[in-house]
Amino acid sequence: MIDWPLVSVIIFLPLIGALIILFIKEDELTSINIKWAALLTTLGTFILSLILWLQFDYSNPSYQYEEKFSWFDDFNFFYHVGVDGISLFMILLSTFLTPLCILASWNNIKKRVKEYMLSFLFLETVMIGMFASIDILLFYIFFEAVLIPMYLIIGIWGGNRRIYASFKFFLYTLLGSVLMLIAIIVMYRNTSSMSIEFLQGNYFSYNTQLFLWLAFFASFAVKIPMWPFHTWLPDAHVEAPTAGSVILAGVLLKMGGYGFIRFSLGMLPEATEFFIPLIMTLSIVAIVYTSLVALAQTDIKKLIAYSSVAHMGIVTIGIFLVNQQGLEGAMMQMISHGLVSAALFLCVGVIYDRMHTREIEFYGGLVQRMPLYATVFMIFMLGSVGLPGTSGFIGEFLVIVGAFKFSSYVVIGAAFGIILSAVYMLYLYKRIIFGTITNNKLADILDINTREKIILIPLAISVILLGIFPNLFLDPMRLSLELIITNYEIANAK
Amino acid sequence: MLNNIYNIFFIPEIFLACSSFVCLLFGLFLKKNAFRQTSNLAVFVLLLTILLVYYDSESNFANYKSLFSHSSFINFFKILALLGSIASIIISKDYFLGIKLKNFEIPVLFLFSTLGMMLMIASNNLMSMYLAIELQSLSLYVAAAIKRDSISSAESGVKYFILGALSSGILLYGFSLIYGFTGSMNFNEISFYLSKYDNLNLGLIFGLVFVMVGLAFKVSAVPFHMWTPDVYEGAPNSITGFFAIVPKIAAVALIYRFCLVPFENFYLEWSQIILFLSIASMFLGAIAAIAQSNIKRLLAYSSIGHIGYILIALVAANDDGIKAASIYMFSYMIMNVAIFAILLSLKVKNEYLINISDLKGLSKSNPIVSLSISIIMLSMAGIPPFIGFFGKFYVFIAAIEQELYVLSVLGVLASVISAFYYLRIIKIMYFDESISEGIINFQISFQSKIILSLSLFVIICFIFYPSLLINISASLTI
Repeated sequence: MIDWPLVSVIIFLPLIGALIILFIKEDELTSINIKWAALLTTLGTFILSLILWLQFDYSNPSYQYEEKFSWFDDFNFFYHVGVDGISLFMILLSTFLTPLCILASWNNIKKRVKEYMLSFLFLETVMIGMFASIDILLFYIFFEAVLIPMYLIIGIWGGNRRIYASFKFFLYTLLGSVLMLIAIIVMYRNTSSMSIEFLQGNYFSYNTQLFLWLAFFASFAVKIPMWPFHTWLPDAHVEAPTAGSVILAGVLLKMGGYGFIRFSLGMLPEATEFFIPLIMTLSIVAIVYTSLVALAQTDIKKLIAYSSVAHMGIVTIGIFLVNQQGLEGAMMQMISHGLVSAALFLCVGVIYDRMHTREIEFYGGLVQRMPLYATVFMIFMLGSVGLPGTSGFIGEFLVIVGAFKFSSYVVIGAAFGIILSAVYMLYLYKRIIFGTITNNKLADILDINTREKIILIPLAISVILLGIFPNLFLDPMRLSLELIITNYEIANAK
Repeated sequence: MLNNIYNIFFIPEIFLACSSFVCLLFGLFLKKNAFRQTSNLAVFVLLLTILLVYYDSESNFANYKSLFSHSSFINFFKILALLGSIASIIISKDYFLGIKLKNFEIPVLFLFSTLGMMLMIASNNLMSMYLAIELQSLSLYVAAAIKRDSISSAESGVKYFILGALSSGILLYGFSLIYGFTGSMNFNEISFYLSKYDNLNLGLIFGLVFVMVGLAFKVSAVPFHMWTPDVYEGAPNSITGFFAIVPKIAAVALIYRFCLVPFENFYLEWSQIILFLSIASMFLGAIAAIAQSNIKRLLAYSSIGHIGYILIALVAANDDGIKAASIYMFSYMIMNVAIFAILLSLKVKNEYLINISDLKGLSKSNPIVSLSISIIMLSMAGIPPFIGFFGKFYVFIAAIEQELYVLSVLGVLASVISAFYYLRIIKIMYFDESISEGIINFQISFQSKIILSLSLFVIICFIFYPSLLINISASLTI
């Protein structure tokens, strides 16, 4: 094993990079140095996080690489970080996507490059920190701190309605998370512990659980987002710059799912059992409704944003099935969605950089001028639809298999959503890529360049890798998920 | 006995009182640079007073036991008030010179008002409490009106004076009722007398309510807050800074002591009043601030909101509540020092900044300053990882310890509303396209720069070593 604080280094390396960038003076010539510094820092973080995966002990369901330092003397709050099977891939997803985001903004961010890179590096630190925290207070601090850089990213570098979108994003998610703060304090009061590991032992009375569950639900349902709390998402996605949308879809939405698994399932099992019908109903409504809404969109980014809500509906179904297939499927779906939707936003970014519009009407026949782009886009589009061989298939398949054990109505709802997702994605693909070029402005559009290839090809490879070798990802998380399910069943059998 | 006479001068309050007169004479006899020199002397005097407070022992205080009390809570708040005055004298020096207001009386007034505050915090008797409040307020009335040729400054001074006098009258009436029904003015004796009864009689209830109204006026809790925005707006910026930073500390300490010492057994009676004041202050502070265009009015409403949170901890009325109040007050002071250090150095077209919209484009011309303002605003909004979050966090811990769930939920909801106007300032600096670049300039003296950097350092780095402050505040007894 590793005897140096690997997790802390991964968490704080981007912050150190940010401090270095803070002292680079920004002008026309040095902005390239800032970009390189940010890229190298994030790449370094990614490589270090790969060590996490390589050295990961598959036979250990609980936390590994633990680090614990005293932090507050008066209460039992600790700086306590570590990685288990659930958080491992969330951290990898964050570290994998951030360098791609920096590359994606290489040329199209022209103003305030320094602040932009600072925001992204700070964002990376808090994202990783959040997934790695074992202390709830630490988790909460990172969870809230995410709002600051994201607010700035949407507000400064966003589109026309960026101010509205940034405020909506900030206040909406803040409203959810402050209720979680109250819940956290109530938990602490009842148990005198803030350790996530310790609290996963069902310590609360049934009524307390119900209230705590609702408080956590307010926070995670907004974050993931579930219908009807999803309205901030289309605005935030559409107005954010490409890289902002990538992180938003790729990582921030997963915070909700991660929270559901850790807190709702892990700590409040009896309340979860009570609320399962609610979640299932909301999820199915989300899948069907947002898929239909997606079908009617004229803006590519908005369409993908609504498809995210639908995909997250599958994730919540998977999580609250609370069986092995369901949870594994939900995790796979989260990872897959993190890669696929991130990639789709990057693909939109590619044509947006060239044409400065996201209207579907504007495009058509891109395959004539951009064959490579059409190919890459197709891989991600199929990944989103869930074609066998791509990552999307594994998640959806596992969730549906798990759902059969629960109720066939849920299966019907989920399957209907999957069909609809094929409809709107293929329809989108047809309108943008196929046909002949009708718009003269597209006549001399260029195919993807080297930088864009460097961004998109690793994503395409991982989407296919995930589809063909799912066990590569499922094996490390299996035992951690089993532990949660066992605890859950013990608590509810009482 | 002889020993005792010398010792008297080492009692911090007496030392401060004598030194204030020395400062007054010193300023009077100086021909040149009277203001600057007196300010420096005042800072030095306050620093010495902090040392004396820190090393102050119970024995020096024995002769004044019936009037003043002595505890770790009192010392903590005294030091906080002294630090606040030092910081506000230093950061306001250049501003006064800039607007050519060079009366050397200003630092002396600050000294007297600080003396009043120290006595307020320590007072253990209705009479000494009233006198201390008056000493503090009278100095502040004069300070608010110090810019004699400005109508708004005079207006704010008179407004403050009239409303202050009114509240003092109500306060006194309450005192007389309490004295009449208990037969004592000493806090401990009142407490002892009341401990024989299960209920307060009608006269005492009235007395308590009147005193609460008077104290609510001093901490500017809703619905007795009306003077705050007007006085903040009218007074010269640096006086506003002093108003925002220091007197609140003393008033909060006083309201805590008044509720928790003489009336400790009648929690139900006073907690209802405080509960209402707290909820009303949080929500009014949050909502009214949204519409402000003047930064001083905005900060006034923001301070009203902060008072609401501190009063939550008072409703909790447990050890955690005292701890929360001291942490919150500390963070409140630090954040206000930082924001006023910046505001007192920002000039728009050679005028000191007043309108929030003038901050437009600051992030381009002064990236470091706008970053600092953003950090302070986020901290005030209670967003982690900054110190403001921990203040609120401890308040809610105290409230939940006492099972005040509804109050806590209302508190966090108000904090979401108030996040809006703090974010609006960040929005103006960063998101709005500036048409008027280069009009804002930021000139800050070396001393204020140190104060600013120190307070920013505390705001940002508190999270890395919280135990320092938290251990102190955990050990406080009222």
